[in-house]
Amino acid sequence: MSLEQSPEILLGVANVSLRIRQIDILQGVDLQVRAGEVVTLIGPNGAGKTTLVRTALGLQQPTTGVIYRREGLRIGYLPQRFHVDPVLPMPVRRFLRLGGGAPADLTATLAEVGAADLLDAALQELSGGELQRVLLARTLLRVPELLVLDEPAQGVDMHGQVELFSLLDRVRRQRGCAVLMISHDLHLVMAATGRVVCLNRHVCCTGSPAAVTRNPAFIELFGEEAARTLAVYAHDQEHKH
Amino acid sequence: MDDFLLRALIGGLLVALVAAPFGVFVVWRRLAYFGDTLAHSALLGVALSFLFDMNLTFGVISICLLVAVLLFLLQRRPMLATDTLLGILAHASLALGLVALSLLESVRVDLMAYLFGDILAINNADLIWIAVIGVGGLLVLGWLWNDLLRITVHEDMARIEGVRVDAVKLAFVCLLALLVAVMMKVVGLVLVTALFIIPAAAARRLAHTPETMAAVAAGIGCLAVIGGLSSSSRWDTPAGPSIVLVAALLFVLLYGLPLRRR
Repeated sequence: MSLEQSPEILLGVANVSLRIRQIDILQGVDLQVRAGEVVTLIGPNGAGKTTLVRTALGLQQPTTGVIYRREGLRIGYLPQRFHVDPVLPMPVRRFLRLGGGAPADLTATLAEVGAADLLDAALQELSGGELQRVLLARTLLRVPELLVLDEPAQGVDMHGQVELFSLLDRVRRQRGCAVLMISHDLHLVMAATGRVVCLNRHVCCTGSPAAVTRNPAFIELFGEEAARTLAVYAHDQEHKH
Repeated sequence: MDDFLLRALIGGLLVALVAAPFGVFVVWRRLAYFGDTLAHSALLGVALSFLFDMNLTFGVISICLLVAVLLFLLQRRPMLATDTLLGILAHASLALGLVALSLLESVRVDLMAYLFGDILAINNADLIWIAVIGVGGLLVLGWLWNDLLRITVHEDMARIEGVRVDAVKLAFVCLLALLVAVMMKVVGLVLVTALFIIPAAAARRLAHTPETMAAVAAGIGCLAVIGGLSSSSRWDTPAGPSIVLVAALLFVLLYGLPLRRR
């Protein structure tokens, strides 16, 4: 299978497999992200979600398969773990400038993500939620066409998670950028996502949240109970249209 | 002031100024062990220079560069933890250097001068080496500065944003190798790493941005050189170790002081 080279497609992998020390991490995975689209990767622990994203981003070489990234694509990446050693003094202001983006108004961009008062804080003093906002602001300064988020809500409390996802949704609509997101928080993700890809080393099923929650492969992976609960969230979303 | 003392002072200050911006990266990127490995391998360079009758600085630079590239390549395909790898390389090359030097029957080498430095014996040619490599190194580091910071903050993020991570990292370790080769003259290969990391670590206490940390480290390094040389000329203490000792005292002083929290 080859990748359809449509200008719509920002990022894609075709028939990608990765084998490390006799263990299959990914098996024949296809994934495409088109302009303006929100794609969410879900799947159990060890399903290869982070590895798939790293492979698509060119950080990990696949054993076989094709990777496609549109020429000159500007990607904003929020990694799963972001830790700056306290020995490196790094105020938010300096960190934002480090991206090499346009010399935009830092304060305005911080305000856009609800972190206007953090301009002079040290990066290491930030809470999980504040850090995610600052990281998001930094990617926005680079005017991304695609945001790649690896479990953005990790280390953020429940209330903060809801806020963070609504912020992400708002920013994405305003900026019109595509989103590729890994998330464990199915119920939070379902409402805001356009397409769900359920991964368990291979792609189990893919489609709209409503379709995926009815898919037998999904039900088998996450259990009847979870599928029924999540179907409600997905259903709600359909009614908004 | 005596000529030799003046040369020592100029050489020491130059080294302190150049070492500071590199030292902060050594601290940030946890490369202290790496600096040690480069320094220890320098003795092998000394031995080879005598063996092949080469310019000493040139010989040391060649070996340090070789070790830097070797380490860079080994780290890309990790078989052992980096600190283990560094320990093996550092001590194997140091041992090889010592053995090679002992085999050179025709020349008597003042081992102590290489191990602990001989800043008071710096001549004009040494000063020119230090100045040329120092200024050249600083210019290249200035050019790489932002990219290096981005890699230090988050390597994957830097890579995705288009920073040429491998090239920048390789360039940095090669610069470090060059610098170790000229700094060895001042504090000796045993203490080179100290001149990188102690002023930088002390500077952390006073700095709120990466750039101020480098500047403060340079100041602390200069104070250490002046203090060390004064002590050496007044009490006849060995110059290289005295410089490192003053730096360590400044470190203790800065961390002992109660600082207002921001």
